[in-house]
Amino acid sequence: MLQTLRPALVLFALFTLLTGVIYPLAMTAVGQTFFQHAADGSPIMRDGRVVGSALIGQSFSRDDYFWGRPSAAGSGYDARASSGSNLGPTSQALADRVRAEAERYGVAAQDIPVDLLTTSGSGLDPHISPAAALFQAQRVADARRVPIETVRRLIGTHTELPVAGILGEARVNVLELNLALDELPAHEGAS
Amino acid sequence: MTLEDWILIFAFVALVAAIARPLGLYLDAVFAGRRTVFSPVLRPVENGFYRLAGVKAETEQDWKTYAVAILAFSLACTLGLYALLRLQGLLPLNPQGFDGVAPNIAMNTAVSFVTNTNWQAYGGESTMSHLTQMIGLTVQNFLSAAVGIAVAIAFARGFARHPARNGGASTIGNFWVDLTRATLYVLLPISIILAIVFIALGMPQTLAGSLHATTLEGPSQDIAVGPVASQIAIKMLGTNGGGFFNANAAHPFENMGPIVNLIQMLSIFAIGAALTITFGRMVRDERQGWALLAAMGVLFLIGTGIAYWAEAQATPALIQAGVDPAAMNMEGKETRFGVAASALFAAITTAASCGAVNAMHDSFSALGGMVPLTNILAGEVIVGGVGAGFYGILVFAILTIFVAGLMVGRTPAYLGKKIEARDVKLAVLAILASPLAILIGTAFAASTDWGRAGVQDAGPHGFTEMLYAFASAAGNNGSAFGGLTATSDYYTYAQAAAMLIGRFLVIVPALAIAGNLAAKPVTPASSGSFPTTGPLFIGLLALIILIVGALTFFPALALGPLAEATVGRLF
Repeated sequence: MLQTLRPALVLFALFTLLTGVIYPLAMTAVGQTFFQHAADGSPIMRDGRVVGSALIGQSFSRDDYFWGRPSAAGSGYDARASSGSNLGPTSQALADRVRAEAERYGVAAQDIPVDLLTTSGSGLDPHISPAAALFQAQRVADARRVPIETVRRLIGTHTELPVAGILGEARVNVLELNLALDELPAHEGAS
Repeated sequence: MTLEDWILIFAFVALVAAIARPLGLYLDAVFAGRRTVFSPVLRPVENGFYRLAGVKAETEQDWKTYAVAILAFSLACTLGLYALLRLQGLLPLNPQGFDGVAPNIAMNTAVSFVTNTNWQAYGGESTMSHLTQMIGLTVQNFLSAAVGIAVAIAFARGFARHPARNGGASTIGNFWVDLTRATLYVLLPISIILAIVFIALGMPQTLAGSLHATTLEGPSQDIAVGPVASQIAIKMLGTNGGGFFNANAAHPFENMGPIVNLIQMLSIFAIGAALTITFGRMVRDERQGWALLAAMGVLFLIGTGIAYWAEAQATPALIQAGVDPAAMNMEGKETRFGVAASALFAAITTAASCGAVNAMHDSFSALGGMVPLTNILAGEVIVGGVGAGFYGILVFAILTIFVAGLMVGRTPAYLGKKIEARDVKLAVLAILASPLAILIGTAFAASTDWGRAGVQDAGPHGFTEMLYAFASAAGNNGSAFGGLTATSDYYTYAQAAAMLIGRFLVIVPALAIAGNLAAKPVTPASSGSFPTTGPLFIGLLALIILIVGALTFFPALALGPLAEATVGRLF
């Protein structure tokens, strides 16, 4: 009995120390020393304040900002409660929700890029497809009174392409795009 | 569907095959006790552990002693983790001030992480303190994986041992040594590398509780962070799959982009695939390992192809809402991964018993969601969980040899070891334990208010939610059709029972077979032996896996995903 219990308890304790204390603390030390920005959660600063994380989506509803995807995280983009909707493929509730999302854009659902009508897996998706950004360009340009070409150009420079053509999808980071909108020179804004 | 996406799927398979051999040879060296690159650093640590634990490394165990050691160790881990979960409110490193975890959730979680299931009846960022994530959950990510690897190696020894050369002994190794070596030489070094790469690519690793932001439109956003990278590294490598965050690998902090996603997918398969090669080396015929890997590859590509095809179409709910019928099913999927990488990840995480998800399986189309479900129901032998998948497919290989022997009317033998009645009975026990837990658990849930109370979706999809939950638990997978609320007493306790059955009623028979085989003499191959390296064996093995799965689960699948795919209306 003791022959089995002693190694069971001692090894459990030793491995808890090694893999549960030393390992994560050592990784934290490495992360905080060499990659502090990432290790802290990739915060984005503006005027000395944290306005979000480069990796985490946030809610947008003003006409002069691009909108992200619908979110099932808490009441929307709650970064303490990540979640998908988990609604199934034959769910009436899903169909009703999609229809309601479409109304927000004021055109038929058929003409709206599908990512703007569906919730992401995390509810914190920071991206939309380039099509979903271009779809909103007119509204944003009108609200900001800038030429639509300026907005389109901004979308282009903020589009990330698949790595090596096969890894990942083309996408636009909504928060970074909106920050870039705010950076547009004032004279363009006045035109 | 695009050519690029198909290239991704086939490139992934090629990369797994490329990793399998070097890692497989390394594992062989580690468990044979030979010198490796890490030996100068790790050998003293290893020996120190043995001294403190009173382990005599040279002493081998028979299968019963080996099994008792596993059970004792798993019990110690379960009780330790349960105590930690209950007490976390009183312990330090709890920046969010979370209370102790409720008894039923704590028990469910302790069993879940010790059995390598990592089913999560809680949301990580809203339940677990940093201390719990580190010294509780991360530790079991390592140890439950190490136990799986140990069993796989012990099982392989059953075939590799020649009693004549061993002085007639039928031992299968020393569990404490295998456990220690799996953790020290395999899981820890690779996890360190992975964790550093993940942080460099943007994953958080901090002891802070959250990042406070003021969003562009004004409201504040409180962003949960923590020691994420150190846990995600072993979560993938050990096919654990329990996320730091509720959304698991769909959460942008756990899986920042396509490159990290690829690394994670490869990590899930790496050790499981490598073990087949390790096995080939141990029985001195590497082709035997490649044959098993090939059978896995065939099944994997079929499932992945179906899932990708199904997800590249709009679902009935989207179409009824008026969405462009040519659109893809993006509900529950992340923009940066899209449909192909989501379907591929779903197939991988269920082929292996990982259970991490980068998209919500519950929102997959009926047939797309049936693929991960079927992968689990097939016994997670397509690469499988670290160790678990390997001893799982060996059990199926024994059954295949037996069936082939029946067909040609001769005594079946695998790798020169005669397969006899006792071996086949044990193999069937190991194969049937999980299905029994799945079907009984689901039937009970579907016919009681306790079970139906947890269901989110109406119609056949609701049934699939229950079926998936019990498949995931008994298969030690841990992914979910997340719409199901599994926090009630019924689900937490029934799921825990299913997890224990799916883990230990497979491990113990597998070890018994190993002990049985180790004692048998090796008869050299003759012209009458059934070759177990050719396409005939590979095809037969794949077919047996499919037939056993279909015979067991077709009625349940017909009530769930197949009904949903054909019924043509919403619920």
